Amino acid sequence: MADTVQTWSPDLQGSLPGISASASARRGLRLFMRRRSSIAFLMCLPLIVIIAGLVLYPACYSIYLSMLNKAQTRFIGLDNFTFLLSRDVFRQVVEQTAIFALSAVFFKALIGLITAHLINNLPAKGQRKWRGMLLVPWVIPLALSSLGWWWLFDPTHSALNYVLSSLGFDEIPWLSSPYWARFSVILVNVWYGAPFFLIMYLAALKSVPEQLYEAAAIDGANAWQKFIHITLPMMRNIIAITVLFSLIVTFANFDIVQIMTAGGPRNMTHVFATYAFMLGIRSGDLPLGAATSLFMFPILAIAAIFILRGVRKRGREIG
Amino acid sequence: MSTAALTARASQGFNLGASLRRNRRWALITSYIFLIVFAIFFLIPPYYMVVTALKSDAEVARMATNPWIIADGITFDQFKILLTQTDFLIFFKNTVIVTLCTVAITMVVSVFAAFSLGRMRFWGSSILATGIFLTYLVPDTLLFIPLFQIVKWLGLLNSYWGMVLVYPTLTVPFCTWIMIGYFQSIPKELDEAALIDGAGHLQMLTKIFIPVALPGIIAAMIFAFTVSWAAFVYPMTFLYSADQQVLTVGTVTSLIRGDVYKWGMLMAGALVAAAPPLVIYAFLMDYYIAGLTAGATKG
Repeated sequence: MADTVQTWSPDLQGSLPGISASASARRGLRLFMRRRSSIAFLMCLPLIVIIAGLVLYPACYSIYLSMLNKAQTRFIGLDNFTFLLSRDVFRQVVEQTAIFALSAVFFKALIGLITAHLINNLPAKGQRKWRGMLLVPWVIPLALSSLGWWWLFDPTHSALNYVLSSLGFDEIPWLSSPYWARFSVILVNVWYGAPFFLIMYLAALKSVPEQLYEAAAIDGANAWQKFIHITLPMMRNIIAITVLFSLIVTFANFDIVQIMTAGGPRNMTHVFATYAFMLGIRSGDLPLGAATSLFMFPILAIAAIFILRGVRKRGREIG
Repeated sequence: MSTAALTARASQGFNLGASLRRNRRWALITSYIFLIVFAIFFLIPPYYMVVTALKSDAEVARMATNPWIIADGITFDQFKILLTQTDFLIFFKNTVIVTLCTVAITMVVSVFAAFSLGRMRFWGSSILATGIFLTYLVPDTLLFIPLFQIVKWLGLLNSYWGMVLVYPTLTVPFCTWIMIGYFQSIPKELDEAALIDGAGHLQMLTKIFIPVALPGIIAAMIFAFTVSWAAFVYPMTFLYSADQQVLTVGTVTSLIRGDVYKWGMLMAGALVAAAPPLVIYAFLMDYYIAGLTAGATKG
């Protein structure tokens, strides 16, 4: 190959900056670097095309779309946004999305942390089996497990109510009473998302150096003190990243609500995504749907910035 | 730790050892008890789905008996109806095509991009790497309405090829991101050796990077597979006729006809549709978890 010599000359120059190279070698180097970076750019080109064409462009187009009227013939400025803000249903959607995302993420994180600790306590042999078993909810495609939950919540045949009534409790109107429906969609989300926290925390727990616990044990620390003074500080960053990430995903969730309640009863379970789907696709008002989706953007952007900071910090700690 | 404290501890060492062991055993037993409680919570829906799918229609409809057990004996009728009298097999075929294409596109795009961003660098490459990570955080529910319009312009509305077009936006950013991590962990000496031996960039990628980073590539493939198999928002928005539909949406919408829900058949459909990801996890879970938690375990 013609560029063999040139290929390794930059490394020679890089590592031995004091040695002066001949003029031709320097020209060769410049040529090589330019070639190298254009090859690198070409390798990235498909990715750039996908991101620019199918993420950036739609995102910008969405902003334009949200400022049109329903027939997309006239520019109406921010009317769609002010219209949404004036509607009671939309305010309810904002409220429900906040309740849904915050409470679901809290319980996912809590259950994830507890189960990760429980598994970490077990002898090494059994850990894999338990982890595999507890990961099942996360492996089943969410749309299909939501269907399964819907069947569990079925008003006439609910298997959960069968258990409740045979234990002597009242039956619960899982999806037909507004507040129970809110509870149910959160429950399903916690069920689905907790295993993700479990594996992230379990991996983080394993990365805490064993010596720290040994030192703490010699100092007479009990389990709770070890958790507060060693585990939590060591895992703080991972917990923050996982929580923020899950907040984004939960905030933008669509499957569970769409399948189990489609927003009902009385629009009480609508989240941004399902409400945007109802307005934009079902009712055919794309601009209004786009405006609804865009309301998610500021919150997602803030979470994304914090995640990026966390990831960078983590990168520096590792590197 | 002072010597005084050490000697004090040593004098009661024997006693402490016995109580420690007892404590450890109690901790283990409580761990198991709580784990069983959580396992029941996590496994109730899949268990009930299996039980329902193996019942006859008559038993599913009957309200008097315990729904958690199969009283009339196991029957595979629901699966037979599912495969012969519904469009389920068409959904399955469509999903397989869409998923395979998406995984192939994703892997080609993200392996090249990750090699370039992780090793070669060019003007703006670090900004691009950050951009990729941010793209991964953009949820599909933010983009489905403008994409609806774009897919319509391209004439791909109600065609599963539209899914092949849009699914890579869900998979490529994350796959590239984890591949960058794997490629960067390969020692620089290896590519220097390859360069001295006269290998070009492409050879370096195929002969060194791909084989060495194989666990990462497997993790990325599983991710791409899972995401495209389970995708719901895009097919729900862009596909509406049965011959183009994919499994997730098809099972949830098309199998429901009229007001009578054939729950046994629905659950059978959900189980068959969920089987491929479950099987893959059963065999390759460790690769996937290693890839996913790479950021958490390093250090």
